[in-house]
Amino acid sequence: MSKLLPGAWRDGKRYLWLLGIAAMALPMIGGVLAERTGLSLFWWFTPLFIYLGVPLLDALVGEDRNNPPDAVVPALEKDRYYRWAVYAAVPFEYASLIWGAWTAATQSLAWWEYLGLAISVGMATGIAIAIAHELGHKTDPFEQWLAKIALAPTGYGHFYSEHNRGHHVRVATPEDPASSRYGESFYAFLPRTIAGGIRSAIAIEKGRMARRGLSFWSWRNDVLNAWAMTPVLFTALVLAFGWKALPFLLIQAVYGFSLLEVVNYLEHYGLCRQKLPGGRYERCQPTHSWNSNHVFSNVFLYGLERHSDHHANPLRGYEALRHFDGSPQLPNGYAGMILLAYCPPLWFAVMNPKVRAHYDGNLSLANVKPSLRARLPLQGAV
Amino acid sequence: MRKWRCVICDFEYDEALGMPDEGIAPGTRWEDVPETWSCPDCGAPKAEFQMVEVAPAA
Repeated sequence: MSKLLPGAWRDGKRYLWLLGIAAMALPMIGGVLAERTGLSLFWWFTPLFIYLGVPLLDALVGEDRNNPPDAVVPALEKDRYYRWAVYAAVPFEYASLIWGAWTAATQSLAWWEYLGLAISVGMATGIAIAIAHELGHKTDPFEQWLAKIALAPTGYGHFYSEHNRGHHVRVATPEDPASSRYGESFYAFLPRTIAGGIRSAIAIEKGRMARRGLSFWSWRNDVLNAWAMTPVLFTALVLAFGWKALPFLLIQAVYGFSLLEVVNYLEHYGLCRQKLPGGRYERCQPTHSWNSNHVFSNVFLYGLERHSDHHANPLRGYEALRHFDGSPQLPNGYAGMILLAYCPPLWFAVMNPKVRAHYDGNLSLANVKPSLRARLPLQGAV
Repeated sequence: MRKWRCVICDFEYDEALGMPDEGIAPGTRWEDVPETWSCPDCGAPKAEFQMVEVAPAA
């Protein structure tokens, strides 16, 4: 409970983390602004704020490379405040979803307003996958359930299982559907990661259930019990507000999980772990994830952008994640990088030189798109 | 010799095989695996996360 941590160090971001909760409320803020001003544009408030405001704020506020000193980390990780700052975001995610479904079904919106509402709520439920991510890494059953609840609006319940037991195991290898390859555009990556993630999650749970002597159809199957929440939730909202809520629910879900996938795209682009003589991959190091220390988008995403430390130390709480000098750095926060990813020629122009520089020009060490690998001059290859 | 399974990702540590890549010789008992060692697949620390015993001593 105490704010005082050992030594003189104080967490400068302590209260800023609450902005993660505000992010969940953005669609409702947009709705109020649209109502008050009569301007339709405000139905698009959330994407406008995230895609224009956040990259600008990231550029203006800049980076924070400060790390909590090792001595305070145990106290920092025990401080329940940081956990409650995450839990509190989930009710706001649901408030936005329920308010959005009600608005879509009962208010007479023009189609572009309806679409703006669905995209706005999809951004909130998509960002909520970062919340589910923070919760799903913990071993506390309450946090694990809350993670699945936070995933239900996007229908991405399998993320809970696939992320920890699939993605973290295979990250930055050609086998991982959620690690993007050098030369692969976001639009080529998107169907590969969606299909690959679902396939992987089902295979993981099949194996887990079999090892425990249970049927795949057991309620303990973490893919099935998480998925089951989505139809229950959507049916309840349609019954409560009417059929006009259904397109809204589907659009926000697809947009929400696509937002997660574009973030996956930029987290490990081109980076690769090397195989050890025994055939296993080397351990995941901070150099196997792109990192970003941009303050503003980091507080919005519970430190997710300090991704290098996260993959090397996946159980570390967001408040204790560190910057590593050796880890490759993204030139902007995730919001700005998403815009680049949506435009592949720009993405390649910015990121391909960074991947080449990271491997000193030796692309045989990178995770390269197979069709490109055959044609690459693998300079310096041993 | 026993096997231990990571509760997070289901990686199995087999005492018979050890982890020669990481300097843990074949035959190293679970108790003798360093406390600083973590799951090589998902990074779950040994100290913080109990591995599930999958096969008792034969």
